[in-house]
Amino acid sequence: MKPFDYTRADSAAQAVREYAPGTMYLGGGTNLVDLMRLGVAEPERLVDVSRLPLDTIESVRDRVRVGAAVRNTDLAVDPMIRARYPMLARAVLTGASGQVRNVATVAGNLLQRTRCAYFQDVTRPCNKRRPGSGCPAIAGDHTNLAILGSSEACVATHPSDMAVALAALEAEVHVTGPGGDRIIPMPGLHRLPGEEPERDTVLEPGDLITAVELPPPPAGATVYRKVRERASFAFALVSIAAVLDVGDDGVVAGCRIALGGVAHAPWRAERAEQALIGGPATGEAFLRAAEAELEQARPLPRNAYKVPLTRNLIVSTLEGLAS
Amino acid sequence: MNRIEGRVKVTGLATYAAEYPVEDVTYAFPVQSQIAKGRVRHVDAQDALAMPGVLAVLSGEDPPPLASGADGELALFQSREVAYRGQIVAAVVADTYENARAAAAVVRVDYDSDDHDVSLRADHPGLYKPDHVNPAYPTDSEKGDIEAGLAEAATVVDVVYETPVLHNNPMEPHAALACWDDEGGLLVYDTAQGTTLSRDTLAQVFGLPKERVRVVSRHVGGGFGSKGTTRPQAVLAAMAARVVGRPVKIVLTRQQMFDVTGYRTPTIQRLRLGADAQGRLTALEHVAYEQTSTLEEFAEQTATPTRIMYATPALRTAHRLVRLDVATPSWMRAPGECPGMYALESAMDELAYALGMDPVELRVVNEPETEPDSGLPFSSRNLVGCLREGARRFGWEHRDPTPGVRRDGEWLIGTGVAASTYPARRRPSKARAVVEDDGDFLVQVAAADIGTGARTALTRIAAEALGVAPERVHVELGDSDLPEAPVAGGSMGTASWGSAIVRACEELKSDGKEGLADTTEEVRGDAAFSRHAFGAQFVEVRVSSVTGEVRVPRLLGVFAAGRIVDPKLARSQFIGGMTMGMGMGLMEETLTDEEFGGFLRRDLAQYHVPACADVPDVEAVWLDERDAELNPMASKGIGEIGIVGTAAAIGNAVYHATGHRVRELPITPDKILMPRF
Repeated sequence: MKPFDYTRADSAAQAVREYAPGTMYLGGGTNLVDLMRLGVAEPERLVDVSRLPLDTIESVRDRVRVGAAVRNTDLAVDPMIRARYPMLARAVLTGASGQVRNVATVAGNLLQRTRCAYFQDVTRPCNKRRPGSGCPAIAGDHTNLAILGSSEACVATHPSDMAVALAALEAEVHVTGPGGDRIIPMPGLHRLPGEEPERDTVLEPGDLITAVELPPPPAGATVYRKVRERASFAFALVSIAAVLDVGDDGVVAGCRIALGGVAHAPWRAERAEQALIGGPATGEAFLRAAEAELEQARPLPRNAYKVPLTRNLIVSTLEGLAS
Repeated sequence: MNRIEGRVKVTGLATYAAEYPVEDVTYAFPVQSQIAKGRVRHVDAQDALAMPGVLAVLSGEDPPPLASGADGELALFQSREVAYRGQIVAAVVADTYENARAAAAVVRVDYDSDDHDVSLRADHPGLYKPDHVNPAYPTDSEKGDIEAGLAEAATVVDVVYETPVLHNNPMEPHAALACWDDEGGLLVYDTAQGTTLSRDTLAQVFGLPKERVRVVSRHVGGGFGSKGTTRPQAVLAAMAARVVGRPVKIVLTRQQMFDVTGYRTPTIQRLRLGADAQGRLTALEHVAYEQTSTLEEFAEQTATPTRIMYATPALRTAHRLVRLDVATPSWMRAPGECPGMYALESAMDELAYALGMDPVELRVVNEPETEPDSGLPFSSRNLVGCLREGARRFGWEHRDPTPGVRRDGEWLIGTGVAASTYPARRRPSKARAVVEDDGDFLVQVAAADIGTGARTALTRIAAEALGVAPERVHVELGDSDLPEAPVAGGSMGTASWGSAIVRACEELKSDGKEGLADTTEEVRGDAAFSRHAFGAQFVEVRVSSVTGEVRVPRLLGVFAAGRIVDPKLARSQFIGGMTMGMGMGLMEETLTDEEFGGFLRRDLAQYHVPACADVPDVEAVWLDERDAELNPMASKGIGEIGIVGTAAAIGNAVYHATGHRVRELPITPDKILMPRF
């Protein structure tokens, strides 16, 4: 690990003032410290924001505001979250292990980086780590990587479960930074790789996430399901956060589908959603919607299984919600 | 018995190799090759030497001398040739671990690189027949006429199975702490599965008499074979300590462990089985294709279990090896038996289906009277008993063999069975037993407790031999200054060390003060028997028809392994092996990087081993087996048999659940889903 300076901020404003190029904010450190050990991240300076007074979960009118420094475990077990946003609690609990969740923060969870094997190995090329060096995953190991929204430069996936649920819940990410405060609606925080795979999010240098605000829960039934070959402590091969609201007439009044493990960002399956809203809530319709979404898929030889997997998962999940 | 060292382990007081407090200690960090084949042209250490705290940079530029003839994986810096990506080509020694690691990152290594070949193929032009396979088995065996047996068979199965590169992944990383004394004696705290062998190896590598080397490994956090032979970190620590004139400590990173501490070779295995209408085998052929490195030959004995399993008039086994630009494969829990029985026991299941026969009955019908290949009598063999007892406990009799018809919602349910086997051998060992001043007994042997509970089992063996309570016996192990002993490996530890302890205790009882034993003559006199433990594993799986996920709600092993020395320790060994076998069946896989060489997925976030949630119900039981031909304890080794057969039982259950036969491990969702969509 490259030697670095460390300082602890007392307020978000102070943290932003401390920012300078080469600085990184430190939350729980469950990802950043690993990356520093691997030499993937080499900050000159860490500003510890894990103990900022941003560690509360509050009800604000009909919304819920989750502080950026709230630990994943505290979020998942919060009675209000469990009652009003069970999908979110479920998503958080499927992530990592108990020990990691006890330390990891909400903002850190959103900003964790891809686990692509090449990204994590500084002796191999990676466009995300070293722009222009190439993407060996495309010809090599991409078994767990993206089938949607990838580019010639990068086929990495975003690993967060929580972010997938937040994308379905249309949470707002509150940010402060050198350019002032702003609100980024999910899933807009994360971006597709395009020509700049080194940029995971739309955040600007020095931006600091202060909170995640949850709008009132959507109407209808919700669920989060994660697929993985190991029953625990594994990143998703594919995951889904879904909301389905079916009227008494059997017509889909509302539908949101967010997918994890398939793209560089939590993927809102908008084509599928649009295909379903106003139509019948039948298995056939679910299948057509899933296929409409997956027409855009660009699988590679070793991750082609994710296409039928995602299709099956969308259909099965919606069927479960409809019944 | 509860583990004697349980309290010191859970309270953090047990001292592992890297934890010995040594004054003036320094730290080494390896620099690894970034090419898979070629030569080191130049190592530029200038920037590294200018870094804070750096004491030395070791490399082939000025190679510290070693004796000639060292193992290729241990002859550090003696050659400029690069045999694989990840090979150690230089190392930095510094005052702190962090300084050593930071400086290692700026050592500049220039290479002349050649095209590499890291891919095992069954049609590789470089395949050859090694002189023998591990440890000293004939490479091939042939009895009867395979082609004639297949021609007359009512049913033939001809199938190919593949297993990936697997890594041992003990919890404790490989580490070493080396100190030289003023007289040129070497002390190494090593993560060794055997201190006698580690001492002998280090003495040979450094050209020292054995008496000048001492290796201490009082506690070892798992090895699964990867610490069975001396690893480069021990050589590097000793070499670096000599160069800087201070003690040197090395702890490998998890990623480095994937590169330089051994792995299980990938295999491609072709099985041809013929059987008559009653299911009796008419021919059985097992050919294994495997890899080794350009440095050393390691020939895994993959097809050898097929030589002992089933009666057949025609039996052929063969091993072919290819030298690739990869690290040398090495020992991993049940080398040979584990991958070989995966293939054989999967093929037996395929044969059962082809015959329309119950897979338990097929195995019973083919039970041999004597060892099929050698004709030797078995010292004891209770495979049929294990199959019957397992079937009874598991509820096998109600099983409908039809594949793909049991459903619980989206989950397809299936059950599978496979046999287990592992040799029950012993090696010569020495031991000493003395009466202490307080009347208690001290038993000394250079055995190793790598987390198996050996210290506890040996205490119990000594107490029984002395006829005293275990509390009055104190076993000292893990130190090469103790009476010489073989490694904890090949499921031979307890049998070997225990034999010597029993003899030493017997002598102590007659002598009244001290007993010294050396079982070399006794072991040499062992009669000619086929000595093996057997078992049967029964598995229930649930396979999601939506996602291809496989879950294992039930895993039962029934074993016949002689007299069980200690039930509590034995159960842990069995279910530990079975859990590791489940990992092999469903998730464990290291990828070989075709483009750059070396391995991918070199950490535990990517190389998945089972979590507790994967094993909700794993149980092991055993038959009461009497076998007077083994050793004074009448025991068979149990460290490895648990992993043998599990992956086959899982694959067989997945077929029963889905009707789809996956012949490449691990059985991950992609392999379930792709043929179905």
